[in-house]
Amino acid sequence: MVLEMNNIKKSFGSLNVLKDISFSVDKGEAVSIIGPSGSGKSTLLRCATFLETIDNGVIRYMDNDIVLPGADGKADYSNKARIRQAKNCFGLVFQQFNLFPHYSVLKNVMDAPLVVQKRNKDEVYEEAMKVLDKMGLKDKADAYPYQLSGGQQQRVAIARALAMNPEILFFDEPTSALDPELTGEVLRVIKQLVDEDWTMVIVTHEMPFAKAVSEKVVFMDRGYIVEQGTPEQVFDDPKMERTKQFISGYQNQNY
Amino acid sequence: MTFGTMLTTMGEGMLRTILIFVLTLVGSLPLGMVIALLRQSKNGIVSGIIKIYISIMRGTPLMLQLLVWYFGPYYLFGAQIRNWRFPAIILGFVLNYAAYFAEIYRSGIESMPVGQYEAAQVLGYTKSQTFFRIILPQVIKRILPSVTNEVITLVKDTSLAFTLAYQEVFSLAKQISASQTSFTPFVIAGVFYFVANYAVAYGMERIEKAFSYYR
Repeated sequence: MVLEMNNIKKSFGSLNVLKDISFSVDKGEAVSIIGPSGSGKSTLLRCATFLETIDNGVIRYMDNDIVLPGADGKADYSNKARIRQAKNCFGLVFQQFNLFPHYSVLKNVMDAPLVVQKRNKDEVYEEAMKVLDKMGLKDKADAYPYQLSGGQQQRVAIARALAMNPEILFFDEPTSALDPELTGEVLRVIKQLVDEDWTMVIVTHEMPFAKAVSEKVVFMDRGYIVEQGTPEQVFDDPKMERTKQFISGYQNQNY
Repeated sequence: MTFGTMLTTMGEGMLRTILIFVLTLVGSLPLGMVIALLRQSKNGIVSGIIKIYISIMRGTPLMLQLLVWYFGPYYLFGAQIRNWRFPAIILGFVLNYAAYFAEIYRSGIESMPVGQYEAAQVLGYTKSQTFFRIILPQVIKRILPSVTNEVITLVKDTSLAFTLAYQEVFSLAKQISASQTSFTPFVIAGVFYFVANYAVAYGMERIEKAFSYYR
């Protein structure tokens, strides 16, 4: 298992966002998380990437316990060094890209490998150019984020995440800030990563994309995982009433 | 007194004015950053003390603060310090301007989108790496116009050192004007302040340009 999350609970004040979530991601697996707004999808990703702390539950990366239940039953986080190590396992692509505007495209991609991972400069440069090439952005290496389209910015953000050589990549609604044309170009590079057998979790509202590229689909609603399975199971033959509702809801959009 | 002697005498005052200006900036620009960071401290006592300090510095006249720094040691502790005039002036200016700069820094830091912190956190940057590499450079760009305003105010505020009878350009203008019954010293002083501020504005514009390579 690359990632294992068990019995995750998370609330903001009196609002219970994640009620009892358990799911795991195998090496090379592409998992899509779908569900209505407010169902807890993004919060789940933010908990997995330590941007939020969970109240209860277990988080394991590469079979290392990072969060375990403490003596009082509350989630007990490992020490800083272990969390740092776990952080090295994943990359996150944000809905709003969150590139560093004062760095060129190349520096956005190279800075963390150099500063955080303290890797060799020549090696990092070579690899950064390789990922930029893969993202179709080799000629934009010296550009600044403001000079790029949203789709290009998001591909830089993906390159930045890839350059850290993560075990698993998280995408938090990577195309929600983009128009349909730019959405297409970003989904194509994500598809390419799926084909290269990257381990990834994609929170998305792009149903046809989720159905076409992922190996596992997780449907969430109101803080629970309602149903999970292969795309065929979840999209074509859902077992739960709520899943049927949601799937047919987006398929029969009448205006 | 010829115009030439007037200019030479006042020239020394100009150098003293510039000295106050430079020392104040050298002290208050970094100190302001320390204060801005302490104000955001999670320790309520620390941030509380900083808030009180800032409100006193902003809530009372700088002229009064200068008098307090100069006469305070004697009236409060009976301490007579030699050559205290100049240090008292610099102390007063630095502590006062640091409070204003701290608030400018804070406005810049708080205007940063949370996504910048989150991106850095996920990439594994430490807190200090995040601050110095990601946040601070962008904050500087954002606050430059406000800093320019403050620096221009400082050029003119140096004349408050006249309160402690320090012979900077404004004090000298007043003295020479009175003794020579001449209006010229005021004109010279006015031109000096204007030219100094013109130079400040030009310099700051150049710095803003240097930061304009990104948006």
